[in-house]
Amino acid sequence: MLSYSPSLGGGRGEALKFGDMNLSQFLMMRHELLLTAAALIILIAEIATADSAKRKLIPFTIALFAMVTVAGFFPVPEGTLFGGSYQSNPLTALMKNVLNIGVLIIFLQAEGWLKRPENSDRISEYFLLTVSTLIGMNFMISSGDFLMFYIGLETATIPIAGLAAFDRIRSRSAEAGIKLILSSALSSGVLLFGLSLIYGVTGSIYFTDIAQTITSNSMVALGFIFFVSGMGFKISLVPFHFWTADVYEGAPINVTSYLSVISKGAASFIFTIILFTVFKTLTEMWKPVIYTLAVFTMTVANLFALRQQNMKRFLAFSSIAQAGFLLLGILGNNDLGMSAVVYFVLIYIFTNLGAFGVVEAISNASGVETIDGYNGMYKTNPKLSLLMTLALFSLAGIPPVAGFFGKFFLFTAAAGSGYYILVLIAVLNATVSLYYYLRVVRAMFIEKSDNPVPTFKSSAYMRTALIICVAGIFAVGFASVIFDTIREISQNFLY
Amino acid sequence: MNILTLLIVVPVLTIIGILFTKDMKGARAVSAFGMTIQLIVAATLVFMYLGLRKAGVTDEMVFISDYTWFKSLNIHYTTGVDGIAVVMIALTAIVVFAGIFASWEVEYLSREFFISLILLATGVFGFFISIDLFTMFLFYEVAVIPMYLLIGVWGSGPKESSAMKLTLMLMGGSALLMVGIFGIYFNSAPNGGPLTFNILEISKINIPVEAQRFFFPFTFIGFGILGALFPFHTWSPDGHASAPTAVSMLHAGVLMKLGGYGAFRVAMFLMPEAAHEQAWIFIILTSISVVYGAFGAIWQKDLKYINAYSSVSHCGLVLFALLMMNETAMDGGIIQMISHGLMTALFFALIGMIYGRTHTRNIYEMGGLMKVIPVLSVVYVIAGLASLGLPGLSGFVAEMTVFVGAFQHEDLFHRIVTIIAASSIVITAVYILRVVGILLFGPVKDPHFEHLRDATWFEKLSMFTLVIAIAGIGIAPLWLSDTILDSLKPIVHKLAETNVF
Repeated sequence: MLSYSPSLGGGRGEALKFGDMNLSQFLMMRHELLLTAAALIILIAEIATADSAKRKLIPFTIALFAMVTVAGFFPVPEGTLFGGSYQSNPLTALMKNVLNIGVLIIFLQAEGWLKRPENSDRISEYFLLTVSTLIGMNFMISSGDFLMFYIGLETATIPIAGLAAFDRIRSRSAEAGIKLILSSALSSGVLLFGLSLIYGVTGSIYFTDIAQTITSNSMVALGFIFFVSGMGFKISLVPFHFWTADVYEGAPINVTSYLSVISKGAASFIFTIILFTVFKTLTEMWKPVIYTLAVFTMTVANLFALRQQNMKRFLAFSSIAQAGFLLLGILGNNDLGMSAVVYFVLIYIFTNLGAFGVVEAISNASGVETIDGYNGMYKTNPKLSLLMTLALFSLAGIPPVAGFFGKFFLFTAAAGSGYYILVLIAVLNATVSLYYYLRVVRAMFIEKSDNPVPTFKSSAYMRTALIICVAGIFAVGFASVIFDTIREISQNFLY
Repeated sequence: MNILTLLIVVPVLTIIGILFTKDMKGARAVSAFGMTIQLIVAATLVFMYLGLRKAGVTDEMVFISDYTWFKSLNIHYTTGVDGIAVVMIALTAIVVFAGIFASWEVEYLSREFFISLILLATGVFGFFISIDLFTMFLFYEVAVIPMYLLIGVWGSGPKESSAMKLTLMLMGGSALLMVGIFGIYFNSAPNGGPLTFNILEISKINIPVEAQRFFFPFTFIGFGILGALFPFHTWSPDGHASAPTAVSMLHAGVLMKLGGYGAFRVAMFLMPEAAHEQAWIFIILTSISVVYGAFGAIWQKDLKYINAYSSVSHCGLVLFALLMMNETAMDGGIIQMISHGLMTALFFALIGMIYGRTHTRNIYEMGGLMKVIPVLSVVYVIAGLASLGLPGLSGFVAEMTVFVGAFQHEDLFHRIVTIIAASSIVITAVYILRVVGILLFGPVKDPHFEHLRDATWFEKLSMFTLVIAIAGIGIAPLWLSDTILDSLKPIVHKLAETNVF
């Protein structure tokens, strides 16, 4: 049963052929290379700018990153590198592009916060840390074996702890950083233990080898449970979610939005890929696990979200609940499920960043972060209130905004595999979630307040970011070509 | 452009138009203009439809246009109407038109008010023209969600909680509905081939009976919640009582009809075997709705609550009639939808106008209004008489047809429930006449009420539009009845094919 093999490559002959890599193959890693180049340029720019002109780094980096984002959309050659450790195909490229768009919006939203005096000497630090995590995520998504996967995961995680503790002068921010790094370390350990068990059984770390040789037995099941627990931490699934609310509340809002959208999106992507490819023969084993996690995640997160007062905690629990909905797509276990997951994350980026953007803009302008503080806001800030409402409706899955389509297709994927009861639980949960989303809408539109958030005009960067979000919230739903393309790419990837 | 798509485009353009207005006057002018055009479009549609039928076109649905939307899931934007949809569209256009004029003096955030109201109407129009279940569901939710803001912001009384209760219950209904729709979709090609959301295509195949048994209750209850099916009706009295005038009109007049319409167009039409098997449960529930709603109305003091409970009773009768599953009763059920839609809209409009003058809705604080505001009072009496089924007005035609149809069933069960449901006519007469007596006759109780202003021009326009429609149906019901009957035939035929009784 347990077999030992000295080489990690198991039976793969090509694993050792490093010699025949040429430039065009090297360029398969275009996303990662571009990001690395961007990181280096930021470093050089940091050295080259005078202390008094550090603020100019903000537009410079945003422009740089916008170019990286655009460049990512050019077709990427398909294939594998490093003997199968790295794989590139249209699906991974698509996922990386989705993340890039999200990070671009987050960079735009960061401007107001980075301009504060206490951050003036650390602007490039923020960009560097973020880009480093993104490089990790890209490698993780493209990983072809568990080693690359793990390296990517860690590269993605560790800088985030630095980001969470970015507001050094606030003790809560430091606390968030510590909490994040400790729970991440624990989850990484758990994950690694699970992976080593699976390696022990199959004798390989390569996805393709494992997929062929893995069979259902109790050791694999044990390894799988550890693996899922580790991933559960990253995606913050119940019962592995305890770090989420505290970290989200303590971290700077911009980092919170990064955590809740990009970090979670990337982890969901690779989780889906691994379940659909590596463990594709073991669906009988993982489906009940995912089913249970989905039910608990949706329900528990919704119940907790009902009573939150702080907007960041509120959005934290809401994002946990959204991750629960995401699992329904994974349960679909076919190209429809895969495409629904990617599509949902894309919509979720626009939607959640819209919501977080408004929270950040208001927090920057007036320091208000509670739901009660939003009372009567429609009178003073009608546009922001409307935008927030759109974003919340999209989160709740109300048509005609994109969230409706995203949820509908996730549920379609689950229903297509016969999980009607789970779909029922999910839609009822979506109804419960509507209650707390409407609480915010009520505060803004219905409640009266003696001192509402004063009228303010947010910066051009923030407005650009929010306009992109609104455009996304409407367009991604109606433009059916987006979903159809994602579906086609998923089909090609899986079959 | 297809005339049906025009029914969506006009309200959307109106909304965009309102965005460019600056104040109440501009907003209401644009709304009135847009909804007048909408009324003209709807009227044109009715005549075009009748013309087609006269010319001998016997397609089940006409004016069909089809655009592929999400190709990979076979989701289409498909529009088409039959006689039932056409009359529902006409009803909606009339009620929305009247609703705009009934809310002529909404001052608080008036632009937002009209935008939300017309958005709601857009959803309703979209629902009635859809043949594809996906777009139908999409429009259904578009129609429901503006209610929250409309009641929460512009409502009265415990508006926050009423709005929340209404929204959550209706969205809970749409949650059930979603499961039902998935069930239909994934069983829409039992013999292989592409899955479809298209109602017409699904109606040609037979969904496996086991699937029907499981998904029929989801679909029927999902729609039934919006149609105030007992025991899921509790959102209705609170919601209607707290809502502003035009919203009550639209909601009771039109939105609740979505429930009845969907219940037969989707649930019963596509899953006939299950409909037959499970009808008895829902017949019992709707009989309770009918009687309970009527009794509920007797004990209320608040005008809006009276009318809201009366709506529960009347909408219960709609579902009751549809569940009888024969041509006469279903015909009556649909006429009842139209009739109730018009008269309840009229009622709520009047209540809003009276409340605007007396600042109370408690019937015991008012009296003798006939002397002070004769026009409003006379119209109130007309609405009341229509509601209790006086011949010559729409209510009579509807109820008569329903009970005649229901009595065509010869078994004991149907006889008993029909008799129970028919007893509501008497109870309706009690509460209507009681209110009319207390409210309109007798001495004027409050000296402030002596100098109330009678109806203004826009109020008259709103009221008389509805009165003319009510009287029109009452006097010449046959054209309406025939239009509906033609379109009912395929549905009744499909139901009869699978009769297991």
